[in-house]
Amino acid sequence: MSVSAWRPFTLLLVCFLSACAKEVPLPSAETYPAQLSAWNLVWREGESLKVHQSAFVYDVNTPLFSDYALKLRTLFLPGGEAAAYHDTEAFDFPVGTVITKTFFYERGADGSLTRNATWSGDASAVNFTTHQIVETRLLIRQAHGWDALPYVWNGNDAELAITGKLIKTALDGDEFAYLVPSRNECAGCHVTNHTAKALLPIGLKARHLNRLEPAGTHNQLALLDQRGALTGLPELDDVPTAVNFADTNQPVVARARTYLDANCGHCHNAQGAADTSGLLLDALATDERQMGQCKAPIAAGRGTGGRLFSVVPGQPDASILLWRMETDDPATRMPEVGRSLVHAEGAALIREWIDGLPGEC
Amino acid sequence: MKTMHLSLLFAVALLTACGQSDQEAAAPVAPATPEDQLRLAIESAKAGDMITVPEGKLAFDRSLTLNASGVTIRGAGMDKSILSFKGQLAGAEGLLVNASDFVIEDLAIEDSKGDALKINEGKNITVRRVRTEWTNGPATTNGAYGIYPVQTENTLIDGAIAIGASDAGIYVGQSKNVIVRNSTARLNVAGIEIENTVGADVYNNEATENTGGILVFNMPDLPITGHSTRVYDNQISGNNTANFGAPGTAVAGVPAGTGIIINANDKVEIFNNRIGDNNTGNILVSSAFSAQYKPKETAPNFDPYPENIFIYNNEMGPSGAKPDRDYLDAVRVSVFGADGSLTDVIWDGIVNTERGDAPVICVQNGESKLLNIDAGNEFKSPSTDMAKHTCELPKLPEIVLASS
Repeated sequence: MSVSAWRPFTLLLVCFLSACAKEVPLPSAETYPAQLSAWNLVWREGESLKVHQSAFVYDVNTPLFSDYALKLRTLFLPGGEAAAYHDTEAFDFPVGTVITKTFFYERGADGSLTRNATWSGDASAVNFTTHQIVETRLLIRQAHGWDALPYVWNGNDAELAITGKLIKTALDGDEFAYLVPSRNECAGCHVTNHTAKALLPIGLKARHLNRLEPAGTHNQLALLDQRGALTGLPELDDVPTAVNFADTNQPVVARARTYLDANCGHCHNAQGAADTSGLLLDALATDERQMGQCKAPIAAGRGTGGRLFSVVPGQPDASILLWRMETDDPATRMPEVGRSLVHAEGAALIREWIDGLPGEC
Repeated sequence: MKTMHLSLLFAVALLTACGQSDQEAAAPVAPATPEDQLRLAIESAKAGDMITVPEGKLAFDRSLTLNASGVTIRGAGMDKSILSFKGQLAGAEGLLVNASDFVIEDLAIEDSKGDALKINEGKNITVRRVRTEWTNGPATTNGAYGIYPVQTENTLIDGAIAIGASDAGIYVGQSKNVIVRNSTARLNVAGIEIENTVGADVYNNEATENTGGILVFNMPDLPITGHSTRVYDNQISGNNTANFGAPGTAVAGVPAGTGIIINANDKVEIFNNRIGDNNTGNILVSSAFSAQYKPKETAPNFDPYPENIFIYNNEMGPSGAKPDRDYLDAVRVSVFGADGSLTDVIWDGIVNTERGDAPVICVQNGESKLLNIDAGNEFKSPSTDMAKHTCELPKLPEIVLASS
């Protein structure tokens, strides 16, 4: 089916009523468009990056680290429909929901990419002059479940890149290989239950979303509720919240746990791809040994870095967990996919956390 | 007619005004290189697909990932179709498979940064005539595992070759109902390792020139506790390569010159093998307390003791003349003299005291002796008394796979 054949009459009607509000299509999995612009969710207009007027621009309390890329996240729900709230799992979204995440870098004074970004989170402040826009990833809720698609920006549009792409670039002069994950590598993180092998959103959980809208003053969950886009939201006081890992007013333990949850928990949970290691780092983990304390590695190979246990209380430099965060060797770094550079701030936090843990192995 | 025509025009104008582009839906353009073609075939695979790998060396700078079940990947031969990951920049594996009903055959995976072939959580897995190799020979910087099914069920590894892994060449972890046969493991730290696996038959393989030939291990803190492995009809000799495993890994504790090592695993049957020329010992049996990964306390719910080990009818060649551990060499000299050799079977002697007199290790192997090194008492009273080891254990059932 060609793009122009999608729901032409609906499109006609929408154009009449709302001065050309763009239609967000729901093509079958066999006919996903080759260009991102066909989704009408995120597109280039001149030097600006435009976002669909009905899409909800959101942020998460503690993001997954992706080589210091900035991320613009949007959530689009089909007209009149709502997601169902859940306390700990990803919300249940209606068929036709499309989530986008656009990865970009700010340019420094000389035009090269920098990690010292000043972006406020305001979507209208993202543009093609001041930023290098790299890729946009989509999650599409179909009747059969979620599909993941990577699009790579190339000039005026982004192109479907099912096999992903390795982009050699540099950040503040540090050369590295930026990985646009392939469709199957998207699943590598988003299949959070590796036994069920079902792909799900990761960030769209209560604890990650319970915060102010980016560059705004309203709670995101309350806003979704007001717009009729979320059912079952309890009183906000009863909604779990993950802290911002960078917020030094918060306890180190809470910051470390939320960082590990956001960066490791999608695989390192009791049903995840990394349950083979017996190391559980998601928000629901409670057992100290399972969380790495005095726990021997299983199949880390040289990922041990010569260390005996995942976490040795008080001894960050004897802890495998930190070794795997502080290395950029593809064979041993963690996470396995989507990180080439060391996240200095994240590693520093985990160092501080391990340093403060009581006990010994 | 005229009205219709007008409204069509109107619609077209509106479409254009709305900025709706007219591009066609994704019709993937056939990529140019065999590498890109293979990557696209693997990424877009569906049940029933047969993906053929052409002859030649295909070079990749990042991992390949297969998620669809029911797929076969077939090359033209282990020395003809080569997936080379030399210089890999991203991804922790060569080929990662998260799927069931998977067959891979007649190809090689070389020089991946991490594991060569990892198959994570799937049923009915066949790895046939696949070679995994680090072509520079043994090195700590090599990837950890060659052929690595983990949390799989009904798994066959047949006619494979694994060379140069810095951990295990063929490593079956946390799986059920497994056969490893007709395969060759050379120059790895561990040749073939069966870990936390329930029901494995390992037969007709050659494990030579590794640090340790064949390992049957149980590790703590995992949901599955392994038992019931049969190791038979294998050639396990000359496993004297210096240990090049990374410190901290379980295999880094394996002494060079080990034929077979059983650690903390139960119901293991070793028979009809040809085992010899292993400088530390032909068969080592140990508890988790002798492994270097032992924490201050053993993990809860973990059985650290090897039990119900039955060793019989193996053809034993010379071994134990030059053990790769000072404490073992001291025992050798004290028990057998300066020119003596350790026995065919060496045991750390650490037992569960609540177990009573039930046999731990039974040996029915001609002249072969078992040496209890008394590791629990700082090697004070090593013994070759066979009284507690002259026994028999019930034989384990054959593994039958649905797919073989």
